[in-house]
Amino acid sequence: MELKYGYGLVPDLSAHGAGIDHLIKVLHVFMVVLFVGWGVFLLYCLIKYRRRPGHKASYESNKSKLPKYAEIAVVGFEVFLLVGLSFPVWSKYKRDFPADKDALVVRVIGQQFVWNIHYPGEDGKFGRTDPKLASGSNPLGIDDKDPASWDDVVSVNQFHIPVNKPIISHISAMDVIHSFGVPVLRLKQDATPGMEVPIWFQAVKTGVFDIVCSQLCGVGHSLMKGVVTVESAEDYQKWFAEQPKQFKPKAAEKAPAPAAEKKQEG
Amino acid sequence: MHQPVHAAHHEAAHAEHHELGFIQKYIFSVDHKVIGVQYTVTALLFLFFGFCLMMLMRWQLAYPGEPLPVIGNWLGEGMPGGVMLPEFYNSLGAMHGTIMVFLGVVPLAVGGFGNYLVPLQVGAPDMAFPKLNAASYWVYFVGGVIMLASFFVPGGAANSGWTSYPPLSVVATAGQTWWLIGMVALITSSLLGSINIIVTIVQLRAKGLSFFRLPFLVWAQFVTSFLLLLAFPPLEAAGILQLMDRVAGTSFFMPTGLVVSGNALPVAGGGSPLLWQHLFWFLAHPEVYVLILPAIGIVTEVIVNNTRKPLYGYKTIVYAVLFLGFMSFIVWAHHMFMTGMGVTMSNFFQVTTMIISIPSVVVLTVLILTLWGASIRFTLPMHFALAFLPMFAIGGLTGLPLGLTASDIYLHDTYYVIGHFHYVVAPGTLFALFAGIYYWYPKVTGKQMSRFWGKTHFWLSFLAINGVFFPMLIQGIAGLNRRLYDPTFYAHGAAIQDLNVIISISAWCLGAAQLIFILNFFLSLKWGKKVGDNPWEATTLEWATPTPPPHGNFLTEPVVYRGPYEYSVPGEEKDFLPQHVAPAKA
Repeated sequence: MELKYGYGLVPDLSAHGAGIDHLIKVLHVFMVVLFVGWGVFLLYCLIKYRRRPGHKASYESNKSKLPKYAEIAVVGFEVFLLVGLSFPVWSKYKRDFPADKDALVVRVIGQQFVWNIHYPGEDGKFGRTDPKLASGSNPLGIDDKDPASWDDVVSVNQFHIPVNKPIISHISAMDVIHSFGVPVLRLKQDATPGMEVPIWFQAVKTGVFDIVCSQLCGVGHSLMKGVVTVESAEDYQKWFAEQPKQFKPKAAEKAPAPAAEKKQEG
Repeated sequence: MHQPVHAAHHEAAHAEHHELGFIQKYIFSVDHKVIGVQYTVTALLFLFFGFCLMMLMRWQLAYPGEPLPVIGNWLGEGMPGGVMLPEFYNSLGAMHGTIMVFLGVVPLAVGGFGNYLVPLQVGAPDMAFPKLNAASYWVYFVGGVIMLASFFVPGGAANSGWTSYPPLSVVATAGQTWWLIGMVALITSSLLGSINIIVTIVQLRAKGLSFFRLPFLVWAQFVTSFLLLLAFPPLEAAGILQLMDRVAGTSFFMPTGLVVSGNALPVAGGGSPLLWQHLFWFLAHPEVYVLILPAIGIVTEVIVNNTRKPLYGYKTIVYAVLFLGFMSFIVWAHHMFMTGMGVTMSNFFQVTTMIISIPSVVVLTVLILTLWGASIRFTLPMHFALAFLPMFAIGGLTGLPLGLTASDIYLHDTYYVIGHFHYVVAPGTLFALFAGIYYWYPKVTGKQMSRFWGKTHFWLSFLAINGVFFPMLIQGIAGLNRRLYDPTFYAHGAAIQDLNVIISISAWCLGAAQLIFILNFFLSLKWGKKVGDNPWEATTLEWATPTPPPHGNFLTEPVVYRGPYEYSVPGEEKDFLPQHVAPAKA
């Protein structure tokens, strides 16, 4: 599906995004009402109380209680914004994680200037990683001695996910701070080295759109674009099956253990 | 009204303060007024320079990858063939922010206006510590020179954003080391200045000038100085820690297991990048109020003077800014909602952020209600002061969607943020500072700036500056990220690229409009209309001095008999009753 971009919010393909968009819209209506009401009052004062012959300023202040009520109303509305509109969306986004078994769990690791997506494969377990093993062909330092790594897939900048399935992404980085931003999925999470932060989401429609690095990460920051492909479960399975299993020992079928040393040269 | 007394006292003043040589009088002066002018002129130069950096960036943003005609060829390594490199773009961005905030607005608002006006408005002969005051200016000057020099080191000036988040800033080119050293100097300068302002206000108020008779500008400077004094030391400490990470191999902000360009980084590790963010924003949020409070102070003085009536709710606005100052210390983490903050913490910071909006609303309400029942003079400074109100309102309102975590998910790090804080600081604070310059210029120089060219400057700036920042809010809604060297690289950015062209053209027009101000500022020194001691018919003490005020300020020690804004008092002949005029014997 081709997405349309222009003025206004980008399309929303996420399950949780409606609450965010609703809040943004309510806020802007509120802001426009306040600003216009207030601006009209300002212009009225400027015209009515301009200096002119025969007009004198009054020493007394405005005694009306209206400003006080207006302020209380503003405070009341802010409480509503907080409790009614922001807290619920945020705590669902941050807290109500699905069980790992019901979701696709991946790791997303920012690196100058690409996004690495680490899929655990059928066993659902990520291979052990060690920064000392990192190399050009294995930037994440995945240990191919760990059998859990043999069915792992590392995809660079291509983030394929099945539609309508909860996705849990553990966000981190290996060098500097990046931020995993996907406007179309209403996602943003800083990718900070030394930390792994889980986020979860669900795409409700298929489509192809961008991951935008949302934290200045160096010279190539503005080119650090990844691609999310939301597809049907079948298409996703097909894509996943085509991905090379680079950590699988060459002779794994026959003798799983000894082939491990090979990968260490980089 | 007391001209004969003047003349006699002029003589006395001259005898007391014997004539100093040029260097002592104008360069290494300890007179708060000279230091205030030094701060003002230096900060204005930095503001213009910082703005020029941005005007360069706007070329790349409007026409990504195209060579900049003529000027592009003068800029050497950063722009080979006139095409801007991304590293140069990042340097420009980082230095624009740093220069505007730390070398421009703060020194102008606190160093310039604070220094010049606080002693005059409290009726003091000088600051409490004149030499400390001079030291503060010179440390600032050195900090500025270091920042400028950093453009010429290998790799160019700092390029990790004005926020300098590690690990990026720790592995960055040499410019970052210079940035950190420069910052340490600038912070030191601010600390020296702020303690001086606090002591001056507490200790040197004239007889009869109780705290609740202080002009509101003095209150604003008082709260601002406390913010500087309490918030800057954490950043100074953090800056030194980051410097150690860069030059001494420590790992305060460097976590274990960093792999940069495929190689494990040889650092001890164990540090936390988030620690820097907390320390930085613990300063940088109060810093927002350091930028805005002196502006509110100036706007209040100008508005009250031009409405010819007392300020609506003097105590209300004073308590509002005291509360604002206090709250500004417990909202900092709203800059960090997307770092992975838990629900409890982020809810706390959302609530404090909503609470801090209340005193801001109170301030705006007080100012607008002062207009009710007034007799408004649309003088030149009043234009800028009135424009401040809606601009600050837009800045404040657009803070709401960023202060609520749910909407911040989408808007964080987009141009919405840039639009928001620039509305606060540029058409907000800077307009207030322009109001201040036009308002007190006659006191400082004895000359009036040209009204016609001032109004031209106002209208052109007002239109252009909204042409710059309003489209940014639209860009942010459309999801366009900030700090992108090429905004058209993403489909959703390319779709709204027209806005970038509009913004850039507006920015260049805004730059051109400032030339009018610069010419007016300098030419009025010679050609401006001469004015008396109190051209605006104002009530506060600075207008009780001769124009320009001599070394030592007041000819006789002023005594204060009333509050600061006694305008249009019933039964009085004139519509203003200065603080220092003794009441007629009953």
